[in-house]
Amino acid sequence: MEYFIIIIGAVFVNNIILAQFLGICPFLGVSNKVGTSLGMGAAVTFVMAIASLAAYLLQYYVLVPLNIEFMQTIVFILVIASLVQMVEIILKKVSPPLYQALGVFLPLITTNCAVLGVAILLVQKEYNLLESVVFSISNAIGFTLAIVLFAGLREKLELEDLPAAMRGVPVALVVAGILAMAFMGFSGLV
Amino acid sequence: MNKLAIFTRGIIKDNPVFVLLLGMCPTLGTTSLAVTGFGMGAATLFVLVLSNIVVSSVKNLIPAKVRIPAYIVIIASLVTILKLCMEAYMTELYEALGVFIPLIVVNCIILGRAEAFASKNNMVDSALDGMGIGIGFTMALTLLGAVREILGTGSVFGYNFVKGIGGLLEKWGANEAVVNSFMQWDGVLLFVLAPGAFIALGYLLVIFNKVAAKSK
Repeated sequence: MEYFIIIIGAVFVNNIILAQFLGICPFLGVSNKVGTSLGMGAAVTFVMAIASLAAYLLQYYVLVPLNIEFMQTIVFILVIASLVQMVEIILKKVSPPLYQALGVFLPLITTNCAVLGVAILLVQKEYNLLESVVFSISNAIGFTLAIVLFAGLREKLELEDLPAAMRGVPVALVVAGILAMAFMGFSGLV
Repeated sequence: MNKLAIFTRGIIKDNPVFVLLLGMCPTLGTTSLAVTGFGMGAATLFVLVLSNIVVSSVKNLIPAKVRIPAYIVIIASLVTILKLCMEAYMTELYEALGVFIPLIVVNCIILGRAEAFASKNNMVDSALDGMGIGIGFTMALTLLGAVREILGTGSVFGYNFVKGIGGLLEKWGANEAVVNSFMQWDGVLLFVLAPGAFIALGYLLVIFNKVAAKSK
């Protein structure tokens, strides 16, 4: 039941993009087509799951025993950045088709605040190992859901005849606002 | 390029939020009030200026291949210093900004300036560039925060504007119904909540684009 609450909370109620504003850059940057945004979502899910596992282990087996929790920011960002590099190298060698699909998105994810944000949040919320993994994966699903829905809307938006000043990002932001309003309907679920 | 041009470029012409569209997460996430927007902008300004100074001072010592990780370590150390200072001396603001303080590390503006400017220019120019971009960012966040706060609650920086106007109208002997409509307006709550951030920024961008197109 606890896990169910974590999943619903992270995917719908506190959606990482539409309610917490993490990962806006890929949300606006790579959401022109449904296909690419699905690829981005998959890559983020992959990295986020591994990164939060690493963040959890580092926090409770390195930082806390050594009493250097204040180093959290530096350690997490370095580990996430090198982890992404490593994943990229391994994927290239082990599974070329998967690398073909996710490869271009991986470098972008290093400076994606969603990944670091989730790592920091799961420490803040004091989740245990399994809860942390469930939390990060459901956040990644929430990310994918929001970005794919948004890409669908943007594909239609491109065909509209809009005033010049509104084209591109401004109208995308307004539409994102309406999508966020729809997601507000889920509040109170958990 | 002279010093003044380096400093002023970031404020309007290359404004990080309205023109370059960088640093969107803190822009949307911390601007439910004007004061939190300003606080976030000032915190970013602090890290940006110092990281530009440090990066430009060590630019010749860092091998080109590992420069990005080195910049990230420099930025992360500065953010840690800022985080500890804010936790100690500005607890209220620190709690209001929450997770967005450590997330300054992944703000693309800072790494972007380190790579594009500080790694190629001297220390004084880099400091000026950081200050200009930082002030542009702070102004954008404060503006967005002020717009959201006035639409959402009728106040700016905690001062209730709408009630103030109502009071003035009452003094001047305006119609009671008009005065009441000002005094009883509580704002549109939506603008303080998440959707309001997207919508307010979207329309501010429209206005910015319109003005920019006219002035050309």
